[in-house]
Amino acid sequence: MEITRPYSSLELDREEGEVIEGLKKASQAPLPEPELPQRMEKNVLVTSLDRFISWSRHFSVWPVTFGLACCAIEMICTSASRWDIARFGMEVFRASPRQADLMIVAGTLTWKMAPALKRVYDQMPEPKWVVAMGSCAISGGTFADSYSVVPGVNRIVPVDIYVPGCPPRPEALLYGLLMLRDKVKSEAPIKLPKIELLLKLVSPALGGKHR
Amino acid sequence: MTEAFSGQDLAQKINQILPDSVVESAPQAIVVKKESLFDVMRFLQETPELDFNYLTNITGIDYPEYLELIYQLVSLRHNHSLVVKTRCYEKEKPVVPSVVSLWQGANLQEREIYDLLGIEFEGHPDLRRLLLWEGFPGHPLRKDWKAPGEEETTAFPREETQPCL
Repeated sequence: MEITRPYSSLELDREEGEVIEGLKKASQAPLPEPELPQRMEKNVLVTSLDRFISWSRHFSVWPVTFGLACCAIEMICTSASRWDIARFGMEVFRASPRQADLMIVAGTLTWKMAPALKRVYDQMPEPKWVVAMGSCAISGGTFADSYSVVPGVNRIVPVDIYVPGCPPRPEALLYGLLMLRDKVKSEAPIKLPKIELLLKLVSPALGGKHR
Repeated sequence: MTEAFSGQDLAQKINQILPDSVVESAPQAIVVKKESLFDVMRFLQETPELDFNYLTNITGIDYPEYLELIYQLVSLRHNHSLVVKTRCYEKEKPVVPSVVSLWQGANLQEREIYDLLGIEFEGHPDLRRLLLWEGFPGHPLRKDWKAPGEEETTAFPREETQPCL
């Protein structure tokens, strides 16, 4: 019996393979040291407004649903009534990255899933934060040597908070999220390089007289 | 409970109709020559008193001398089951006939085995990688597979793996 398909997705597969290989290649370089926030950014530019915005922002950090493995169960527990992250204004797990501020990567990230993770991260509006939950998301965990697992989510997206455990208990995740709240509260939301970029973009409309 | 077929009784029956197709038989399984695998499978499916209409699953194993495929068949009408194995000694370029035209459920499983063990299924309608991406180097469930840049394979020494039949 001959079975014919209306489509041939070999081309699609090859394209996907190229994306994955590209990601893999790009992540081979040693990770750079994290940039320290510059004193200027934090203190000189409209300080009180920045602080007010950050302060108001940290009350409702909405996570995007990104449960990949068993850690997701603990993440769900954290959002359920017993641990109840609604206390911190985080209970709204958004199915759309456009409405989310935080990505909790809960579980093992495989190379095949990596493009999807990167896409979801790229679709989230700024400012955005990432929590790597569990050993697998932090470093690949047990599967770090595997042919199919990304050894650490920080090879694909920048990570703010690492929550260790296999899987971490909801208390651990809550502690991590509270740390993240502190970070959001103390962070300067408007960064100088971005303002420069913005001014460059609006400059033609202002007739180049923005300074 | 599904009743397991005695492999030895069935092997005699198959060998009468398709001579020299079954090389080995035990109460729990039969081992079929890979050249006659498709004919044996069709016989098992089409004979009314056997009527194996459901292929539960296909497994592939990498043994030191050969690659083995294990087919688990069930007849939903007669409520009995059978395990059929076949061996492929050409490890460089293993080719085994596909059974997709008998059981549609074999489609994805054969693709998975092709992806991870590198066994080619002759007559498969759409033999592409299933889990890994196109362009992945090699077939990682082979015991001698090495990651690019890796010197030693991390698998156990080959002497330790013993076939059970």
